Amino acid sequence: MSASYGYDQEEKVSKFLLGNEAIVRGALEARVNFAAGYPGTPSSEIIERLAGVAAQRGLHVEWSTNEKVATEGAGAAATAGLATLSAMKNAGLSVALDFLTHLSLTGLGKQGGSMVVAVCDDPDAHSSGDETDSRWQARFAYAPLLEPTSVQEARDLVKYAFELSRAQARYVMLRSYTRLSHASSIVEMGQLPPLADQKAVSDSDGCLTPYLARPAHARAIEALEGIRGEFEESAFNDYQGPEAPELLIVCSGAGYPAALEAVEILGLEGRVGILKLVTLWPFPQKLAAKHLAACDRALILEEVDPFLELMIKETISDQGLTGKTVLGKGSGQVPMFGEMTPDRAVAALAGIFGLEYEARSAGYVEKADKLVDELLVSRGLTWCPGCPHRGSFWSLERAIKAEGVDAFITGDIGCYTLDVFPEGKCQMNMLHAMGSGLGLASGLGQLGKMDYDQPVISICGDSTFFHSSLSGLINAIYNGSNLIHIILDNAATAMTGFQAHPGVGYNAMGQPAAKIDLEELCTSLGASVTVADAFDLKATAKTMRGLLQQKGGVRVLIIRRPCELVRMRQEKSKPFKVYVDQETCKGEECGICYSSFRCPAFALDREGGKARIRDDACPGCGLCVQICPFKAIQSEEVA
Amino acid sequence: MTSYSDPYNLIVCGVGGQGNILISRMIGRILAAKGYYLTIGETFGAAQRGGSVFSSMRISQKRYYGPLVPTGQGHLVLSLEPLEALRMLAAYGNEQVVTITNTQAIQPVGVLARRNDYPQMDRLTGAIEELSQKAWFVNVTEMAVELGAPIVANIVLLGCLLGAGQLPLEPAEVEQEMQATFPPDKLELNLEAFKKGMAAV
Repeated sequence: MSASYGYDQEEKVSKFLLGNEAIVRGALEARVNFAAGYPGTPSSEIIERLAGVAAQRGLHVEWSTNEKVATEGAGAAATAGLATLSAMKNAGLSVALDFLTHLSLTGLGKQGGSMVVAVCDDPDAHSSGDETDSRWQARFAYAPLLEPTSVQEARDLVKYAFELSRAQARYVMLRSYTRLSHASSIVEMGQLPPLADQKAVSDSDGCLTPYLARPAHARAIEALEGIRGEFEESAFNDYQGPEAPELLIVCSGAGYPAALEAVEILGLEGRVGILKLVTLWPFPQKLAAKHLAACDRALILEEVDPFLELMIKETISDQGLTGKTVLGKGSGQVPMFGEMTPDRAVAALAGIFGLEYEARSAGYVEKADKLVDELLVSRGLTWCPGCPHRGSFWSLERAIKAEGVDAFITGDIGCYTLDVFPEGKCQMNMLHAMGSGLGLASGLGQLGKMDYDQPVISICGDSTFFHSSLSGLINAIYNGSNLIHIILDNAATAMTGFQAHPGVGYNAMGQPAAKIDLEELCTSLGASVTVADAFDLKATAKTMRGLLQQKGGVRVLIIRRPCELVRMRQEKSKPFKVYVDQETCKGEECGICYSSFRCPAFALDREGGKARIRDDACPGCGLCVQICPFKAIQSEEVA
Repeated sequence: MTSYSDPYNLIVCGVGGQGNILISRMIGRILAAKGYYLTIGETFGAAQRGGSVFSSMRISQKRYYGPLVPTGQGHLVLSLEPLEALRMLAAYGNEQVVTITNTQAIQPVGVLARRNDYPQMDRLTGAIEELSQKAWFVNVTEMAVELGAPIVANIVLLGCLLGAGQLPLEPAEVEQEMQATFPPDKLELNLEAFKKGMAAV
């Protein structure tokens, strides 16, 4: 990414930054030395941007194989006295949590190290399989939790998180979310510290282990009580509004800008107070109690789960407050799921105060509704033009049909997940977490002896395979499961922005790295391994049919073809000029290219029903030439 | 921005891959340098794969606003695809909203799969006009193809925005920002695209 984005400028200046870049800036100002993560929307830019300045700032930055390994690496480096950061999305935190629950008990040792775990949630699940709320995990794991409300605050908080972590010798969790990580705003940055050789020190004078756990647990609780005291006084938490408001809004994260806007829209500035909380765990009960004392009704505005809401209810009990009404998710003013938006905050406030609010005239809404009904159609997600997955799933569908079998297919997390949407091929029957496809298949592949007669196929991508499918494969081989595992090897972590992984031969910092060969790896484990090309449709379908005919054992099929977007970035040219011969095209009589193959580079003539290829969208891969039964799709090599 | 609403809510929309994020960030950096409080919200990731994408821009002289525009509170919809302009007007439109849209359709895959029909273009532009106080229609894709580079359609549309005079932006400021954004070998083409768009409105 270009340095003109500014997050790496030495000077104390203001720059227009992405939320994730503000997190990076805070870390750089705190002199971070070591960063590790696994890509996942909306967190990926944190490690990406740090990798971009690794050489100039003397950092170690890596894409680890998964979030647990990333967090273990960062944790270990912190015990050696370094300032470290691990970054992941909400789902990744669950992968890392086993280690993090232990690290809370030991702390970071005596070498002055610090560690920030940046986790980016995805409320509304824009790019996720779930919208789990990471804030619970902080309480679960005995970790201090900070949640910024703005891009500027993200930079400020990360800096503070490193200071707190160093002072307490404990890791600190920072929760971001889609509307912060992927928001951009102006950030006042501080001077970057001068580069200094940071020496890692071996921490050999104490055994960092949570055993015996009970005294370690007691020490962690005591440490958190100390941090709670600091949070009670924190200047990041803020109250604005009258001394005795009619209603107290307690909010965090995206709830804060939503609260400010809703109060402004409804003109409630003189009647409502807003308590913004940024230090969420350990919860600053005394601070909350002070504001609750001044008002009998509180409305809690936050994203996804009622985390803050339960802390407030707990505070009322613990602090001996009486006669308080807590409104929010529990009382039904705010939905129990999804993002906190200005619309939701306005609806909650208008309801409480009995106000009528019309965002726009009823006449406009009526007109818009009528036109939407008549004209608007949805725009489903699909694979990019030139995507090798379109070819792989095309071949798979045909192979299964030709064999006349009812295969049960478990999927995984990556661009190939788009198969399950209406515009995909809808081959997958079951889809869960990263790496789950192989584990599920491993189980189903055992059920033949109990009359389960469907052939079992699992599908994952190359990066996902390294992340957490490998242990499922070993399990399947060891326990004698019966399945076909397909690895769609497109030489990238494509869905999140083409990040490096152990199969590509370079690392996060762009340096040459060991390249782990999937074929050799799977063969060495005892699987039968076949390799196919996603762009050779007939041969791939034939290979798949052969594998379906084999009974028993773990059969691995690696389907290779680089992600078309990566190829285009590197080669910046089209291999073929592809077009539809309008004379030969049978139009709607056939329609296989647009209605079944569904490459979005096709366009459909309304009148003749004939196919055309949009030059502005076609990458020239030539794959569609193979699917036209009338040879109407032609390609010419581009010199 | 005395003659503008505050906050002023700009929606930049299109289909994944059309480059709406690039132009919204360019506009953002220029306005930020001019001292406006500015927040842009975006969704990307899975959302971009051929789907509807948009950036919401909150521009103010008072304070920073959150990235989400409340329903019905859009002031300007700048769209790289006409169906997406209608989608945004349905959510953020009101009697005062102004729309500048590309007229080049990109058929959703559901249309290719024959599940839906893409609306007739004259019905679609009519609906956009009906839901806007003022609407500009330009085929920026065609203009970009004329320049030999369909990829610069977003920069042509940025030119249209300046031509329509709907934001406190000066052509020289945009040209300066383009010099910071594009590598030298791409600059000439983009400047040409920008000027072509300005002249078209």
